[in-house]
Amino acid sequence: MNRYFWILGGFAALVALLAIGLGLNPRDVPSPLVGKPAPTFNLPILATPDKTFGPGDLQGKVWLLNVWASWCVSCRAEHPILVDFSKKVDVPLIGLNYKEVRGDGGFDMNKMPPEEEKKLAFLRANTWLKQHGDPYKLTVMDLDGRVGIDYGVYGVPETYVIDKAGVIRMKHTGPINPDVLGNKIMPLLAELNK
Amino acid sequence: MKLRSLSLALVFATFLGSTAAIASSTTEAALAADPVAEKRLQSLSEELRCLVCQNQNIADSNAELAQDLRREIRGMIQAGKTDKEIIDFMVTRYGDFVLYRPPVKGITLLLWGGPIALLLLGLFALQRYLRQRARRMAEDRPLSAAETGRADALLNEGDTK
Amino acid sequence: MIPELGHFALILATLVALILGTLPLLGAHQNRMAWVALARPAATAMALLITFSFACLTQAFVVSDFSVVYVAQHSNSLLPIQYRVAAVWGGHEGSLLLWMLMLSWWAFAVAMLSRQLPDAMVARVLGTLGLVAFGFLLFILITSSPFERLLPAAAEGKDLNPLLQDFGLIIHPPLLYMGYVGFSVAFAFAIAALLSGQLDAAWARWSRPWTMAAWVFLTLGIAMGSWWAYYELGWGGWWFWDPVENASFMPWLIGTALIHSLAVTEKRGSFKNWTVLLAISAFSLSLLGTFLVRSGVLTSVHAFATDPRRGIFILIFLVAVIGTSLALFAWRAPKVGLGGRFGLVSRESMLLTNNVLLVVAAATVLLGTLYPLLIDALGVGKISVGPPYFNAVFVPVMTPLLFMMGIGPFARWKEASIGEILRTLRWAFAAAVIVAIALPFIYGAWTPLTALGLLMAAWVTLASTLNFVQRVRHTRGGQSFLSAALRQPGSFVGMNVAHIGIAVFVVGVTMVSSFQEELDIKMAPGEHVDVAGYRFTFNSVKAVEGPNYVAAQGDFDLAVNGKFVRKMNPEKRNYHSSQMPMTEAAIDAGLLRDVYVSLGEAIDRDNPEGEWAVRVYYKPFVDWIWGGCLLMALGGLLAMLDRRYRVKARTSSPVKTPAGTQQA
Repeated sequence: MNRYFWILGGFAALVALLAIGLGLNPRDVPSPLVGKPAPTFNLPILATPDKTFGPGDLQGKVWLLNVWASWCVSCRAEHPILVDFSKKVDVPLIGLNYKEVRGDGGFDMNKMPPEEEKKLAFLRANTWLKQHGDPYKLTVMDLDGRVGIDYGVYGVPETYVIDKAGVIRMKHTGPINPDVLGNKIMPLLAELNK
Repeated sequence: MKLRSLSLALVFATFLGSTAAIASSTTEAALAADPVAEKRLQSLSEELRCLVCQNQNIADSNAELAQDLRREIRGMIQAGKTDKEIIDFMVTRYGDFVLYRPPVKGITLLLWGGPIALLLLGLFALQRYLRQRARRMAEDRPLSAAETGRADALLNEGDTK
Repeated sequence: MIPELGHFALILATLVALILGTLPLLGAHQNRMAWVALARPAATAMALLITFSFACLTQAFVVSDFSVVYVAQHSNSLLPIQYRVAAVWGGHEGSLLLWMLMLSWWAFAVAMLSRQLPDAMVARVLGTLGLVAFGFLLFILITSSPFERLLPAAAEGKDLNPLLQDFGLIIHPPLLYMGYVGFSVAFAFAIAALLSGQLDAAWARWSRPWTMAAWVFLTLGIAMGSWWAYYELGWGGWWFWDPVENASFMPWLIGTALIHSLAVTEKRGSFKNWTVLLAISAFSLSLLGTFLVRSGVLTSVHAFATDPRRGIFILIFLVAVIGTSLALFAWRAPKVGLGGRFGLVSRESMLLTNNVLLVVAAATVLLGTLYPLLIDALGVGKISVGPPYFNAVFVPVMTPLLFMMGIGPFARWKEASIGEILRTLRWAFAAAVIVAIALPFIYGAWTPLTALGLLMAAWVTLASTLNFVQRVRHTRGGQSFLSAALRQPGSFVGMNVAHIGIAVFVVGVTMVSSFQEELDIKMAPGEHVDVAGYRFTFNSVKAVEGPNYVAAQGDFDLAVNGKFVRKMNPEKRNYHSSQMPMTEAAIDAGLLRDVYVSLGEAIDRDNPEGEWAVRVYYKPFVDWIWGGCLLMALGGLLAMLDRRYRVKARTSSPVKTPAGTQQA
């Protein structure tokens, strides 16, 4: 074994790295908020617009926060699972409607006064939930997406599991599928609710 | 004349549907009041990754999230936040992944130290090799008489083949 | 019918490649001249078959045959003809076929232009290329055939990505692939040398022109890509340290080390093992680049659509090719002799330093590119490594290299005197320092980085010029300076031209980074704005129609010192087939600066004839970036065409003396 074989060893290490890389997703971003308190907010509630809601209101309970919007195609895919979940599981599911009007892309925001945006957003959200079912204990409206930024939202839908102390324990980006629900979320909820 | 306004209408009808979501950074910057703040925004934006793009910073990207984050940063600059506070704001929410200049911490020591270490290592190895080679060359000495005889014999042997 | 013929030709080519990759190699090993003689015809046949196959695919694009999946995915009936042809390599499958086309042409060139080489050597070189070709063709046939049919045929194609509908797509990939793939020839020569055990100065002389040719193509290919990004993307940037860009830069760095190392092996018979290892590494990095672009392992704007199956196949191919060559190297290398002696300070040792610095540079780029993957694979986090990192670490590694570039050419072979070199160059250095101190002030601002860049550029330019002038003076005898200058050997002139090219490049980068100006402004028709002494007057925006798009075209007047220079017409295009609006910037290019105007958006969308957001750039010396690359390529070309590579052997000698060694 002469010293030139070290080069082969180095190459083997490189190949191992690349092989592992084939099984990873470079776009998958873990959230730094896991293990930290859920950021506070105070947003109007869809059903009762003059009332507001914040994470503090559910202190002492384990709950889920689901980020959605009517223009989001993947949200439609996960919605039946959420509706089913809300019927079978006794864990509050809170909806965070994210940039209902702004995120749509079909509106000239320079021309829309805030009052009109608010009215339109509420109308669209209500219509969509009536159409597809409402699994949420309540939905709050994040019209400009600022709360989304605080929660590190970069793609809709996203779902957070928050524990009794108000700490985020898990974040799932992308639509919920039965696999994630059964293998990750349900066991975590069971553990947190002990 | 009519055709011209018709084509213009066509052009901008096609625009309406598509560019609304993609209000360019040029427009924001063009409308912005403070060029100094804009310069700071630009340099900060070049350090931050657009998470919904295929490897672009938020200065170059026209994605929704990029625009939102630029707006957020502009607000923070106007509120008097320092560059470090703005960067920390982003990292708290999106993690180290959002930084194009990797933070110097335990796991990136190899990254930041690597190039200089490689350079020093390379130059050191080079220097050692050159000295070794010079030494090996110096060990070459002319053949002794006996060795010359042996060499001649071998060569003559080859010739008769 | 024609796509099927193309597919069939590809299958035949695979069989020919298999024959090429086995029989000649065995023949050379066992001294079966009949099998050795198969090499050239097999390479020719392979080239013909693959060219035919490529022509079939091109035909499908030209006639817009949407019953072929690949054509339907990347073309459109409204697409202008030149882009229909360029779209052949606009996607993964077609670009792989382009790879193969280039490989087959290189092999054909070697077969045709290697009459003075021993047949056994040619057999080994072509055989190695045949094996590489075989692997690639299998990959194409099994996972990425461009000839798959779509039944029923699509009514209309999806269209080529508007960003690609540009002159750049016509030129950049072919040039780049010629370079990438060209290093396979250097690789094949290295493997042939290891297999035959014949690793000497003659081998170096044979492989040098081929390596230079590949290097020239790669230089041009990368430069073209950079220029394309600059004028097409509308942001004025020209290099993003994107993983795929890095994947082309690393072979370039190693390739540069290789051509310098070959010089030593050719002239002095030294560094044989090192040169062989560099040749293997250069091509390995090309293959690694192919893997990175197509496997989905790294995120990149350049990445093709990914498929894990393809990634696995390429990785296996990589292991086969690189693993075997490194194993062969490890086995054979210790048996190779040391070569000529040289002093601690000599041209040899300086070239070796050059090599070390270039390898460190390439390793740095590799480290930064793969580090996010490493961290992710170890499960300790997720980070990004981008331009701020690369810009920070690359300059310290390149600066010593630039400094050496001035000194190296003055060092004598075998034994050089550092004192003598420094004495020759002291005025050049002083002049460079003055330039570095003075010039930034003229342009407005002095910073250490600006000064450093200008110092290095001036240093290399002055030293190279002095080197050339000195040599002409020494060798002119009675003739005039000019005729003596024109008589200098190609490799000598080429060296200095290429080094000056690098200096020009550094000037471009330094000046643009330090002194560029950008203005984002809202303009109403009739208004004007001043940037760096240029006045831009916005006249109007009108609608224009292109072959497959509609656009809003701006009309600007450019003036300097009150004098009208020209009109500038940036466009905001909307392609019929795509949702994305595309910016076409208007650029006025000049020797000392570019001015660049691009349209943002109408401030009030319902009033497109009103105010617009406009971006205006002033970019000093930006064209020196690509001008420098052109000079580098020219230098390489001059070196490649040096007389001694073209002189045929006077006697076709048998085994003992390799042909063409008159000028050892």
